[in-house]
Amino acid sequence: MNNVFILNLFRFIFLIILQVFIFNNINFGGYINPYPYILFILLYPIDANKNLFLLASFLLGITMDMFMNTAGVHATACLVLAYFRPTILKYTFGLSYEYQTVKIAEKINTERFMYLLVSIFLFSTILFSLEIFSFTFILTILARIISSTILTLIICIIIIYLIKPNK
Amino acid sequence: MQQILNFILKNSNKLLFLLLLCISLILTIQSHSYHRSKVVNSANFMTGGAYQQISNIRDYFNLKNQNEQLILENTYLKNSLYNTTNLSLKNIEFEQLKITYTDTLFNVTKANVINNSYNKPNNYLTINKGSKQKIEPDMGVVNSLGIVGIVEKTSNNYATVQSILNVKSEINAKIKNSNHFGSLTWNAKNVGYVQLIDVPRLAQITKGDTIVTGGRSTIFPENIPIGRIEKVYLDTDTNNFTISVRLFNDMTNLGNVYVIDNLNKAEIKALEKETYKDE
Repeated sequence: MNNVFILNLFRFIFLIILQVFIFNNINFGGYINPYPYILFILLYPIDANKNLFLLASFLLGITMDMFMNTAGVHATACLVLAYFRPTILKYTFGLSYEYQTVKIAEKINTERFMYLLVSIFLFSTILFSLEIFSFTFILTILARIISSTILTLIICIIIIYLIKPNK
Repeated sequence: MQQILNFILKNSNKLLFLLLLCISLILTIQSHSYHRSKVVNSANFMTGGAYQQISNIRDYFNLKNQNEQLILENTYLKNSLYNTTNLSLKNIEFEQLKITYTDTLFNVTKANVINNSYNKPNNYLTINKGSKQKIEPDMGVVNSLGIVGIVEKTSNNYATVQSILNVKSEINAKIKNSNHFGSLTWNAKNVGYVQLIDVPRLAQITKGDTIVTGGRSTIFPENIPIGRIEKVYLDTDTNNFTISVRLFNDMTNLGNVYVIDNLNKAEIKALEKETYKDE
């Protein structure tokens, strides 16, 4: 248990540093940035304390808000993702989630891919809708949601392959 | 009592979620309303320090570019100094010189941009000077090529700047050598262009004319360059011109900037407040 806590604390700090120093400066095609820091939420142990998980996700989001001057946008997106993670898990993994045998940070198969895709899409949708917050920019919002989801998904898969935590 | 406790314990996850959601949504909505001070921003000790570190490294890759820009500015300043027709001006004390040129006194501080964003609709910069160096909200920020933005919030050693590439930004600007003015806004589409809206139809507009800051705000001095006229449209709703302005500044590449403090701002503001109160 203690081991898991230290691992997640390390992951929390490491992913923030990675996001701020590298991924916020990518600006692919002018404005597309990936947000792989949400891997912290996606890879968080399933059987852990739910309240602590919500608090940690909120803290993660508010830290990103400080760095990006977005005041609350990232915090909201992280929080909602964390709260709905069990639901997404239930839909994508089906029975194996009920029996608590799901391992997320393993080789990518269809179920894990779907889990990542749905979570990242949910996160991007909330993030960009709140950040732009205007119907006149609806096309911009859609373009950003789709492009950012694809880029974040690719980078998340690469990172999972590279570090393979919990092993 | 027992039942209430049980209820809270049973639904603690849901309640905690709702509580945190409320906090974050309030923060979000606050940030979207005009000119509300923000709680969460990058002008604090932790994020400011981190951005300073990144900027220290990145500045090395930019040195040549920044040097060229500074030399250009020096050349321009030397030119205007040597070509001053009134030779006696050169012998006047520096303090007096400032008064001779303009009626308003401005205090200029140099600062470095340590974080710059331009890929969002609401963009902010972070600079490495703060309230310790007498930087206050609502001061203008310019560099040698043109205007950059307005100081939004300060901490001890850092300040955040609302970039002109921000859909909330609205700066008074005019066409050079005329007094027709409009508001400078941004439509969040292209980082190289801003829009000058509400220009009266009487104005003589030629493609390629220079747009400069107007003298109607207490933030910027008059005649600071902004950009060149690229395209002119007629707004069908208001029957005024909307001008697409190509910026002189490359907003994606900012290094040294100057923060301008209008020393008479308090006096002007107080006078205006008094006038409105009388009505």
